[in-house]
Amino acid sequence: MSETIEAGPMRAADGTPLKKSLARALRRQKLRALALIAPLLIFILVTFIAPIADMLFRSVENQIVSDTLPRTVVALKDWDAASDEAPGEPVFAALAVDFQIATELKNHTKLGSRLNYEDPGISSLFRKSGRSADDIGKSFMDRFVGIDAAWKKPETWAALFGDDVWLADATAWADAKDKDAREPAFKLRDGVGDALPATAETYRTFARAVQAEGRKGLVETKPWPVLFTALSQDLTSATPEALAALTDVDTALLQQAATAVAGTEPFAYRDAFLAIDKGWGDVDAWRTIRAYSPRYTPGYFLNAIDLEKGADGISARPDDQKIYIKLFIRTMWMSMLITFSCLLLGYPVAWLLANLRSSTANLLMILVLLPFWTSLLVRTSAWKVLLQQQGVINDILVWLGLVDDGNRLIMINNQFGTITAMTHILLPFMILPLYSVMKTIPPSYLRAAKSLGATNWTAFWRVYFPQSVPGIGAGSILVFILSIGYYITPEIVGGTQGVFISNRIAYHISTSLNWGLAAALGAILLAVVLLLYYVYDKIVGIDNVKLG
Amino acid sequence: MKLMNTLLATTALGLSAGAASAVELTFVSWGGAYQQSQLKAYAEPYMAEHPDVKIIWDESSAEAVAKLRAMNEAGNISWDLVDVTVSDSIRLCDEGLAREIDFDTELAPAPDGTSATEDFGNTLQNDCFVPQIVYSTTFGYRTDLVGDTPPTSVCDIFDLAKYPGKRSLQKRPIDNVEWALYCDGVASDDIYSVLGTDEGVEQAFKKLDTIKDQVVWWSAGAETPQLLADGEVVMGSTFNGRLFSAIAEQNQPIAMLWDRQSFDIDGWIVPAGLAPEKEAVVMDFLKFATDTQRLADQAKYISYGPARASSAPLVGKHADLGIDMAPHMPTDPANATNVQLYDYSWWADHRDDLDAKFQAWLAQ
Amino acid sequence: MSIAHPDIPTPSLVGFTLPIMAIAGAFSGYVVGTAHGTPVPGVILGILIAVALGYVLARFVPNRRAGRLGTAALAGIAGLAWVGTSGLIAGILIGLVLSWFAYWLSSSDYRASVPVYATAGDVLWHNTFKFICGLIFFFLIAPIVVVLPLSFNAENFFTFTPKMLALDPDGYSLKHYRDFFTNADWQGSLWNSFRIAPVATILSVGFGTLAAIGLSQSHVPFRRAIMAILISPMIVPLIISAAGMYFFYSRIGLQGTYWGVVLAHAALGIPFVIITVTATLVGFDRSLTRAAANMGAGPVRTFFKVQMPLILPGVISGGLFAFITSFDEVVVVLFVGSAGQKTLPWQMFTGLREQISPTILAVAAILVAFSIVLLTTVEILRRRSERLRGMSPS
Repeated sequence: MSETIEAGPMRAADGTPLKKSLARALRRQKLRALALIAPLLIFILVTFIAPIADMLFRSVENQIVSDTLPRTVVALKDWDAASDEAPGEPVFAALAVDFQIATELKNHTKLGSRLNYEDPGISSLFRKSGRSADDIGKSFMDRFVGIDAAWKKPETWAALFGDDVWLADATAWADAKDKDAREPAFKLRDGVGDALPATAETYRTFARAVQAEGRKGLVETKPWPVLFTALSQDLTSATPEALAALTDVDTALLQQAATAVAGTEPFAYRDAFLAIDKGWGDVDAWRTIRAYSPRYTPGYFLNAIDLEKGADGISARPDDQKIYIKLFIRTMWMSMLITFSCLLLGYPVAWLLANLRSSTANLLMILVLLPFWTSLLVRTSAWKVLLQQQGVINDILVWLGLVDDGNRLIMINNQFGTITAMTHILLPFMILPLYSVMKTIPPSYLRAAKSLGATNWTAFWRVYFPQSVPGIGAGSILVFILSIGYYITPEIVGGTQGVFISNRIAYHISTSLNWGLAAALGAILLAVVLLLYYVYDKIVGIDNVKLG
Repeated sequence: MKLMNTLLATTALGLSAGAASAVELTFVSWGGAYQQSQLKAYAEPYMAEHPDVKIIWDESSAEAVAKLRAMNEAGNISWDLVDVTVSDSIRLCDEGLAREIDFDTELAPAPDGTSATEDFGNTLQNDCFVPQIVYSTTFGYRTDLVGDTPPTSVCDIFDLAKYPGKRSLQKRPIDNVEWALYCDGVASDDIYSVLGTDEGVEQAFKKLDTIKDQVVWWSAGAETPQLLADGEVVMGSTFNGRLFSAIAEQNQPIAMLWDRQSFDIDGWIVPAGLAPEKEAVVMDFLKFATDTQRLADQAKYISYGPARASSAPLVGKHADLGIDMAPHMPTDPANATNVQLYDYSWWADHRDDLDAKFQAWLAQ
Repeated sequence: MSIAHPDIPTPSLVGFTLPIMAIAGAFSGYVVGTAHGTPVPGVILGILIAVALGYVLARFVPNRRAGRLGTAALAGIAGLAWVGTSGLIAGILIGLVLSWFAYWLSSSDYRASVPVYATAGDVLWHNTFKFICGLIFFFLIAPIVVVLPLSFNAENFFTFTPKMLALDPDGYSLKHYRDFFTNADWQGSLWNSFRIAPVATILSVGFGTLAAIGLSQSHVPFRRAIMAILISPMIVPLIISAAGMYFFYSRIGLQGTYWGVVLAHAALGIPFVIITVTATLVGFDRSLTRAAANMGAGPVRTFFKVQMPLILPGVISGGLFAFITSFDEVVVVLFVGSAGQKTLPWQMFTGLREQISPTILAVAAILVAFSIVLLTTVEILRRRSERLRGMSPS
């Protein structure tokens, strides 16, 4: 600071160096600008950008597999996916617990639908198996109840796994029969999680589900059959010391059960599942589960470009399932045609508007803006009325004898319908930017060119047209961006061949419920749009768009 | 940002809390004449008895599964009673999105004391679904465009030589693949076992390929009647009630083709996780709206058969036109000589697969 | 108009006007003849009538108004006698067009807007160009004009019935308008639209104008990036925005609430406000604010007394765009709204899906009238703005 003072720079009125004073003023100016922008920026970030980011995140999210089948996913790590054999007993043992819990929580069909996107057929495997999954648990239950009838009672389980204080509260609650009060929240007994890990975890899930339902207390609800499966697995692997470490519980009951379990044949999980559905022996199903067990997956994106992730890496989908690349190309191609026809129709109109007296031009402008402000749905329905085979245009053509009644033109439910209707709908977006650019081109240039001997065409092509290019660029990119995202109009007039990728996204959101794929398709579409936007900003500058 | 979300959410909550004084329920249905019949037969009588209950209708049944799933994910259920088809109810029930209902204790018995379970009989398809009506998806044709020999069999749909012109079919595999196989010579009883194989699916699509470029695909119930009224299509499938209203109420030159009509059931589900106070009101409404008299009343406004056996004898005349409704019911014996039996559980298991294949086939 | 170019010779009647009139006559004769299944006699009769008409009008009826009205009346009476009501209308139309055409040709009006030195080719090209533009305007307007009469359909379908085509009064009815005004669903959705759109507009205009003023300052860091974010609601495909808002708003408890829809619509309207207001500010003379500051006005006072009146037309026009965005928006409201926020477009959408009824068209007709009022407002405001701009020293 002091050096500058000694160097004798210019100073502002208050004595600070001018440079510093200017810098401060500049900073203040910047801050003021930002303060003006900030409210809107925050508003848009919260109401718009955050939802979009949240939506796009679904395209890689894949927690459902590891959340629904946590033990199976871990057990599957040891399985060689390249082998031609379905996984062995440990995986099926893990699946027995996971799958029964999933059935109780009604998560198995969701997972089935999820995996079905990757391997058609899995959905029915999961659904069918869900109906008889607790057969496995019941066979364990029979064994335990055969050892001691106390296993059947909810109280036995609650006493074994519940914390003593909780148990006292819960029993008091059950006795009081107070309808309004809820059962005290379940608390796991200390140490039981170390001795019987799988059962403790399962019981906790059971407790959570029962208490969320809230109709009956834990001490009154029959234990899920899966608890017996888990307990059997725990007792087989538990050491006597670990069991002995459990105090304050009925260790005799546990010891007796452990001895009994050790004495019987190990349960054949694999055979049990195969008996429920042969599909569990299918290696492909297992490969799919394994391939999609990570919490994040590129699977949806691969699917969105007609690829799939199998055991042996990424490969193309079968031909009858390849539709997305075709749809992307079709969307691009039709949007280009729409842009081009908008340009073809918009250019002369914009030229006319720019060269008329302003009062006439403004009157004609209303004709341009009127359709723009008429409900999109009405305009689309109007095109339906006009274009269909028994519609107005065909009727007139037949009436004039230009078209034979038997051979009416097919102008709807195909690409022609979509292109015509969308050209009409997007035409104002072409005319407005073109008009605002053309208004700035002085008509004297054309006259000068002509007086220097240019023909009409040369004058237009060499002098006028180059100056209107920014307008063409602005209008074209605007129309193109808007049209590749269109959804309602193609849906109504496009049939099967005139629909866009957006219709597919809507289908996956509301009908097939494949939200991940919808998000992936959306992300790709958005990337294309943003790229175009970038180009647009570079060529034209977003400030140069004018509407009306 | 988190703070902002909380702020926004609290403002929204604060603003919406002030509005509710009485019980306000949101019912979801299909809109149009069908919703109108529910309003007349169920909601208005109920509100007359319970003036503190206000019912708002939301026409979102077509997206019911998607929206309920998203609501459940967000833990914010804003619907109280939802009208869905059986296949959607299976999905919702399987995923725990619909509340299970004890039919005998929570629904009214028949006037003669028959239990609800028995009265509803085989229209009960799962633990969450309370049936209302039996409807069918069937064909209508333009009487003036089919020449002197009107179609009598569903297979005439596939006969382009005899009945040239476009036909409209629903944009989904259900019903269409069954009709295709039936008309390709598969015996009625074998249809689902054939469809269970890849070859069977291919066979169905091959048959549909023969008319593919003459088909207008519809996704909303109002489309086929409009297409028929315009003469855009010669024949088309839709719900029988839509055809009834085009024929009887609008006097259009359309006739019904009941052959191989595909029965389906429509009914209510209660979303899981409603607040207990609300749930009590909803269950009370449900008990009222699905009793014998109310179900029979609905048939006054629309030609769908009541789901209870005990309601059938009470079906009377059309509320405005005064015509007898019984012969227009899909369940009338004269109409139900050759019926396509829709196998719900088969479709529940295979819907995801076939939907995907059908959509890919459409895009080819 | 008629004698705008005294130095241009009047075109030859026999060599120019009459042959072209013959072509026009042949065309209208063909159209009329086809309607009666006799195209060939129609063409011949059309040629004869048109040539005679051209000759009579050009030679003996210098008063254009009288000539046009007379022709229209004669043709109308002929049509009425021959066919009926529809003949009357067709006759009047054809009469007006042909007589106008005859004067346009014979008095060399067709050269009125080209320079005097233009060659015949130039004139032909110029008029063809105008004709093409006319066709494009027709393309813009025709769908709306064609579909609106269906709102008077006596039947419940989007179809021109034979009775309507014969102009039989029985084929028409006002019942769809009645339906719109008496049906609680339609009235409820109209009320909702008017409850949502203005609030969304106020939000977009308020935030948008402030930000546009901020953006127009000379030193804004990250200007491009900020602009890109603010414009994004217009750029992102609607279906993606709708789905994203649906999931996100569900999570924060805004889905299915009034404020959820308002916020979503406000976000969608903001790009329009930003674009129009920044465009107005480009032409804004900054010395005016400095002058105000010099004279001792504070920033707030300067803003309201100097800047605001000048950019007001841009603000209002942006506001109208934002309003119409909310008023015509269906995809986002379908996702973000619930039954309590059913807007007019939503009701129209379910109307199209569940029960096709021309009530939708009756609504459209009312909305078109509404749009015309709005557009006229914008036009008046623009003129006002131009007047004000003219006063500012720029």
